[in-house]
This record gives sequence, C-alpha cells and structure tokens, in this order.
Amino acid sequence: MAKRIDVKDLNIYYGKFQAVDGVTLSVPPRSVTAFIGPSGCGKSTVLRSLNRMHEVTPGASCDGKVLLDGEDIYASTVDPVSVRRTIGMVFQRPNPFPTMSIKDNVVAGLRLAGTKNKKELNEVAERSLRGANLWAEVKDRLDKPGGGLSGGQQQRLCIARAIAVQPDVLLMDEPCSALDPISTLAIEDLITELKQQYTIVIVTHNMQQAARVSDQTAFFNLAGVGQPGRLVEVDGTEKIFSNPTQKATEDYISGRFG
Amino acid sequence: MVRPGDRIFRSLTSGAGVFIVVLIAAIGIFLLLRAIPSLQRDNVNFLLSRDWVTSDPANLRFGIIDLLWVTVATSVVALVLATPVALGIALFLTQYAPRKLARSLAYVVDLLAAVPSIIFGLWGIQVLAPQLLPFAEWLNEYLGWIPIFALGNVSTGGGGNIFISGVVLAVMILPIITAVSREIFERTPTAHVEGALALGATKWEVVRTTVLPFGKAGFISAAMLGLGRALGETIALTTILSATDAQPNYTIFDGGATFASRIALGSAEFNDNLTVGAYIAAGLVLFLITFAVNALARTVVAGKKEYA
Repeated sequence: MAKRIDVKDLNIYYGKFQAVDGVTLSVPPRSVTAFIGPSGCGKSTVLRSLNRMHEVTPGASCDGKVLLDGEDIYASTVDPVSVRRTIGMVFQRPNPFPTMSIKDNVVAGLRLAGTKNKKELNEVAERSLRGANLWAEVKDRLDKPGGGLSGGQQQRLCIARAIAVQPDVLLMDEPCSALDPISTLAIEDLITELKQQYTIVIVTHNMQQAARVSDQTAFFNLAGVGQPGRLVEVDGTEKIFSNPTQKATEDYISGRFG
Repeated sequence: MVRPGDRIFRSLTSGAGVFIVVLIAAIGIFLLLRAIPSLQRDNVNFLLSRDWVTSDPANLRFGIIDLLWVTVATSVVALVLATPVALGIALFLTQYAPRKLARSLAYVVDLLAAVPSIIFGLWGIQVLAPQLLPFAEWLNEYLGWIPIFALGNVSTGGGGNIFISGVVLAVMILPIITAVSREIFERTPTAHVEGALALGATKWEVVRTTVLPFGKAGFISAAMLGLGRALGETIALTTILSATDAQPNYTIFDGGATFASRIALGSAEFNDNLTVGAYIAAGLVLFLITFAVNALARTVVAGKKEYA
C-alpha cells in the first residue's frame, strides 16, 4: 500500500508528435501531488502514463522510466493490466458502469481479480463506500443502478470503485471539473482523508483546489502551439503558491498568463 | 405567430409521418378484406389443418399448420446459427481487428447482403446440400434419438429440408445482424471502456463488462431484424425446400413449404379471387408474425430502460 513514484526523463509521443518532453519528478507515499498548468500542457498525458492508460490511445508511446517503489512499470516483463490493478484511476467525468448496480460497481475490480465470495464482496463494498463518504447516502439502495445517483455521488462511487481494490496509488484526472461546488468540497475532503492511506496524484485546472488539497505541486507548461509540454517546476505547494522559483509559474498562478 | 416556412415544413413532416401509418394500415386492411371471403368458405380449420387444396374455389380446404412449422423452424435454425457468428464477427471488427483490416472485412460482410436471394437458393441446394450431407447423416445417425434430429418427411439425401434452408438463411441474415451490432458496439462510450481498463480489466473483461452490457439490447434487436428477414425470405427457400404432402415429423430434416414459398409456388393459379384469398390469408398470418417479432424486440430493448 501507498508506494512512491519516481518519474525519470519521461517523453511521451502520439505517433510522431512529441506531447511531453523530459519529465522528472518524485511523488512521495501518503501525500497529494497536484499537476497544474494550461490546457494542452501534457499534465493529463503524464498522469495517464503513470498507470499506462495512455497506451490505450492508438499510436501513443513513451520512453524514460516510471518507477513504482523502484520497479519500472514499463519493463518488458510487466503486464499493463497488472499495473492498472495496483494504480487506480478516477476520471474527469464520473463513469460508473451503467448496467451495474451501485454495489456491483464498487466491487467490479474485485470481481475482475477473481473474488467470488459474497460475504467478502459485501464487506469490501461497505468499507469502500464508507471510505468514499457515500455509504450513508446509498446504503438503502445498493441494488439500484449507479447511473441514478447525482454527479457528485457518481464521482464518489467511482472513487469507491477505485479504492475497493486497495491500490498502491490513486490517480485523479480533474475529478471535480464536472461537479458543483458542494460536491467538489465533498471530494476535496475525501482526498484529504484518503491520503492517510494512499499516494494520490491529481490533475486540476482549479488552482485554489491544488492549494487546498495538495502537499506538492507540479507546474507544467508548453513553449508554444505544436511544442511538447514540459515540467516547469515541482515543489512544496506552499512554496509554489507563495514564492515559486520560475517566472512562468508565478505568471500562471497570479493569473498573468495568456 | 407562425412563419409560413415553419408551417410548410411542419405539414410536410407530419404528412410523411401520417403516410407511413396509413400505408401499414392499408396493407393490413387489404390483406384482411381479401382473406375474409375465402376464410368463410374454408372447409377445414384454417389454423390447425394440414390441407392446402385451393384449385377448386367451390371446395376450398386450406390450413397453415405445416407452413407455420416450416417457417418458424427454418428461421429458428438460421437464428441459432447466425447470432453467435455475427456476435463474433462484430466483436472482432470493433475490438480486436486493426482498423484497416476491420474496414475491408466489414465491406466483405456487407457484400454478402448484396448477393441476390436466388443465387443463395441455387448455391444452397446445388453446392451446400451435397457438401453438408455427411454431416446431416451423422447428426441423424448419432443424435437421431433427439426428436429434432430424427428422420424427416423427405429424403435426407435430397437436401431440400429445414436444416439446409436454415444454414442458407443463416448466411443471408448474417450481414444485417453483423452490421447493426458492429455499429452498436462501436458506440460503447470511451469513458466506460477506460473505467474498466483502469480497474485492471483485460481486453476480454472490457468486452464483458462494458461492450456487451452496453450493446445487449441493440444486439437483440439486430437478431430480431435478422429473424424478420428470415421469416419472409421467399425465393431461396422456394428453390431449396422439397415439396411434400407427408405429415411432418417435426425434425430439422422435414421438407415442406414456408408461408412465403407456398405463396410463390401458388402464384401460377392466381386466377380466382377465392383461391387468391386463401394465399392472402396465409400472407396475413406471416404479416402478423413479423409484426409480433418486431414488437417483441422492442419490448426487450425497452425493458432495461432503468439502466440505459
């Protein structure tokens, strides 16, 4: 549980186009790291490369290293499926499986991993829903479809689904961008609780959110249209938002950025 | 205030909508009006009789029970054979095949739909039936104790039976089922696919947890479309099926005629309104069956609304 991530000289390509250039950063365990930066700067692409999800896009490839507690997840002997089992992901738009009930959604990952024991599945469902602060709201309708919940509840359901398999790391790709402020607050509180147990990386467009929830912030930028995205700087969140080393970071966080 | 352009467009579209309803109703009413006089003069039970003697309008004896059996049996055999294959092709094309290969393969499958029915009929009885004879005999010999594989009322060697008809029909309805299900499977939302992948699903598990549940209703309606086509197929089955008056043994090696092939074969004696009315009555039953199949498909598709 809660492993550290070290990214070394990561380049990511879509076909011949280089989307991300030379990213090196470390994510300590049991902490929240936020990726911020303008649209198209490659922050989501970097996030998706951390659990090998970017490979799903046809033509995508990368070189460099991504180490999970020292083990290269891109080593030729590693199966991307097993990487994704240990590194969970929550997406921009809540995506519960529409044909499954709330409970089946939560335990979907466990079922994939082969767990059949009903009692165990029920326990995990309850534990995960409690962990995602959703239990009280759905405990009377576990057999109803997940699609019937509100957007914020659906997103917490997706978080419950991701933590049900007890991943080493939890990746969140703008998890609140489709949610209203109250649901956003609920998710942010949840992130703060979850970091006791998990290593969390979150991509966000909302700088206040990055400042509120993260311990460490990485600022990505791109030199111009058609240029690859780069990591400008990564540091403690307080330092990035009060006294960043790079001028580009300061321009961005103070809103002087185009 | 309504602008003239809106009014004109509205009347045009409503007109088109009304037209289709009127057309269907008109066909139904036409069939009914022409069938009733003959049905009133039918000397046997229309639904339960095996007779089909219509040449003498003064003594009509016609019933549909055999037609119903052969029609339903050929279509069911076709559906049982075609749906798994179509499902496999559609999944391969959308999930596994490289994009370029998928495009050309889909084109080949669509080409199958462009082959005229008469060609399928000729091929079925002249080429396929002799090829499948050893298999048919094997089924008959070793699985004959299962009633549907027992000897039929025509010679198995001739090949003019429900089994061969069903295989040919299966090939004929394969393109429509494949094309419709392919389009449905392609529309599986990326968000669901990625959700499954992020939980560590393998390719097959992605198909099982997202593509199949998402496309299930669509696949069922695709199969029903195919069934509708199989029920009404005429010329291929007219070519293949051996005519017989013998009592069917209710096995897949029975011969006989379907509604459509009986009507096609009878078209030479369409010289008396009462004789024609007998055939039209049979056509009406086919019309109702296809209607029922479509209604059933819609109910199945609508049934899972809560999860849509």
